[in-house]
Amino acid sequence: MVRVVIGRIVSSLLVVVSSSVLVFVIMYLLPGDPIDSMVNVAATPPEVIASLRHQLGVDKPLPQQLADYFGKLLRGDLGTSLLTSEPVLPKIAAQLPPTLELAAVSLAIALIVGLALGVLSAIHRNGPIDWIARFVGLLGISMPNFWSGILLLLVFSIRLGWFPAMGSDGWRTLALPSLTLGLIGAGFLVRIVRNSMLEVMSEPYIVMLRAKGLTERAVMYRHALRNALIPAITVIGLLAGDMLAGTVVMETVFARQGIGRMISDAILSKDMPVVQGVILFSAVVYVVINLLVDLSYSWIDPRVRLRHRTADTGGAIR
Amino acid sequence: MRERLNLNIMLGKRELRPYRTGGLRPRSYNVLLIAAAAAIAWFAGCAIAPDWLAPYPPTEMSSDSLMQPPSWAHPFGTDYFGRDVLSLVVYGSRDSLFIGVASILIGGLAGGAIGAISGYIGGLTDAVFMRAVDVLMTIPGVLLALAVASALGPSLFNMVAAVSLGTIPGFARLMRGQTLGIKNRPYIVASRSVGVTRFGIYWKHVLPNSLSPLVVMATLGIGGSILTGSGLSFLGVGVLKEIPDWGELLSQGRSYLTVAWWICTFPGLAIALLVLSVNVIGDWLRDRLDPRRRGEAN
Repeated sequence: MVRVVIGRIVSSLLVVVSSSVLVFVIMYLLPGDPIDSMVNVAATPPEVIASLRHQLGVDKPLPQQLADYFGKLLRGDLGTSLLTSEPVLPKIAAQLPPTLELAAVSLAIALIVGLALGVLSAIHRNGPIDWIARFVGLLGISMPNFWSGILLLLVFSIRLGWFPAMGSDGWRTLALPSLTLGLIGAGFLVRIVRNSMLEVMSEPYIVMLRAKGLTERAVMYRHALRNALIPAITVIGLLAGDMLAGTVVMETVFARQGIGRMISDAILSKDMPVVQGVILFSAVVYVVINLLVDLSYSWIDPRVRLRHRTADTGGAIR
Repeated sequence: MRERLNLNIMLGKRELRPYRTGGLRPRSYNVLLIAAAAAIAWFAGCAIAPDWLAPYPPTEMSSDSLMQPPSWAHPFGTDYFGRDVLSLVVYGSRDSLFIGVASILIGGLAGGAIGAISGYIGGLTDAVFMRAVDVLMTIPGVLLALAVASALGPSLFNMVAAVSLGTIPGFARLMRGQTLGIKNRPYIVASRSVGVTRFGIYWKHVLPNSLSPLVVMATLGIGGSILTGSGLSFLGVGVLKEIPDWGELLSQGRSYLTVAWWICTFPGLAIALLVLSVNVIGDWLRDRLDPRRRGEAN
């Protein structure tokens, strides 16, 4: 068991390293130069541009740039922002709390609403709850998050004035963006939980449990739900990763501080070190979550012993 | 008949749809399906012949009707240049549909090919391809697309490239799983034993049998790609033309949110309606193509 876990951690590290190499290479190969966003190229003498490029290290060949980057990375240095000359790591650390708050509250809303609706809709199939759940599920995969965010903003802050329209301090600013992301996540989860509950409920052992005389409640919550949760956990792992991407849009719509806003600004202004840093960070988050998901399989489902990770839910999710 | 039924029960062949109730429900699902198909047809019409369906030319500005609320003359209102929002929405559907369909075609073909090769050949090829897919998966699709789109610059094809990149891992993993599941079935072993070539087996037996979940994923993926594409436009790396697409329209309207709710609301409604319709069709296809669910409503 310990060996398997260590093996998984090593391969996760490899994935993180290669994904940051990949991003580095992509950003290197793509046209566009960070200098463009720093100075007006047409109006600057070429010597100044050359010396700027030299100063930033972007005139070196790719392998050397990569080596420099990883050399610094090992010493915990993610470089400095090209625009503000701040070191990247403290910058990320400073922007992290509001983003984490948003992602955590959204995920909590998604889990509570998604699990409850999914389970209830499978149990009361074709009833009113089921109709609501299926509607929420369809909306969750169909609503553009920027639009539902704007609609909530229109109704609850501009018309009714219940919540502030922007900013990132206090729970009142958190309510609308986390509701937007949370309900979309809930939509994804409802579809998976409902399907997997229905599938489990048609298994022969459920018929057997009913025949044995167990109450419906015990059959559902003690047996069906536990088995139905396994595919749901895969989705929860993916959702947690999606939340990070969702914050990019939410932080723009609701003018919040945070990592998402930081990276979209950095991408648009080609601030490479910041882009690299945030993507490295999100890759680490993604890999850690997936590691936890994998490990939790063997804890929840005794049949799964790590090597036999349950098949992808693939098509069912998106 | 009765004996047959009892025999089935004894043999453990269970009734697969024990909860199915007749009457109203399947019919009401069809109404939803028809409405979705009609909505898609309308959007497709807008994409093909916008000048027939739009009441005004999209670039026509009239200074005496700036930011008019919805009325009979302008059902979706007018924007800050006096352009008719309905006409803008009609004209904007071309880009959204194109991005959705083209990027899924490219991503599905690339991802499907990677998954098929990986699953069918196995061994080292599989290991290398799947690690590559793992790496691609760690980077959130929106960020990847945002980075690629902003670096390549504003154009429709760059946008398609950016969006399709993020759809590759899903297709690759699904196709690999399908191929792995099928390649050891008895009928495959049987064809091998009568001397069919490796490629022949793949082409005639494995590929046709592995496609249907991919079709479902592609249909649902079109919706997702439309969302990603309009999200990119919204964040400011869109196509940038004289006629804005839905995401850009929404992002422009955001500045006037307090005084003109309609500029933001209707393009968003168009996105949501189109994606919703595509997803309804996708769900229906999924139910049709999965024999275990045939006849069920979701």
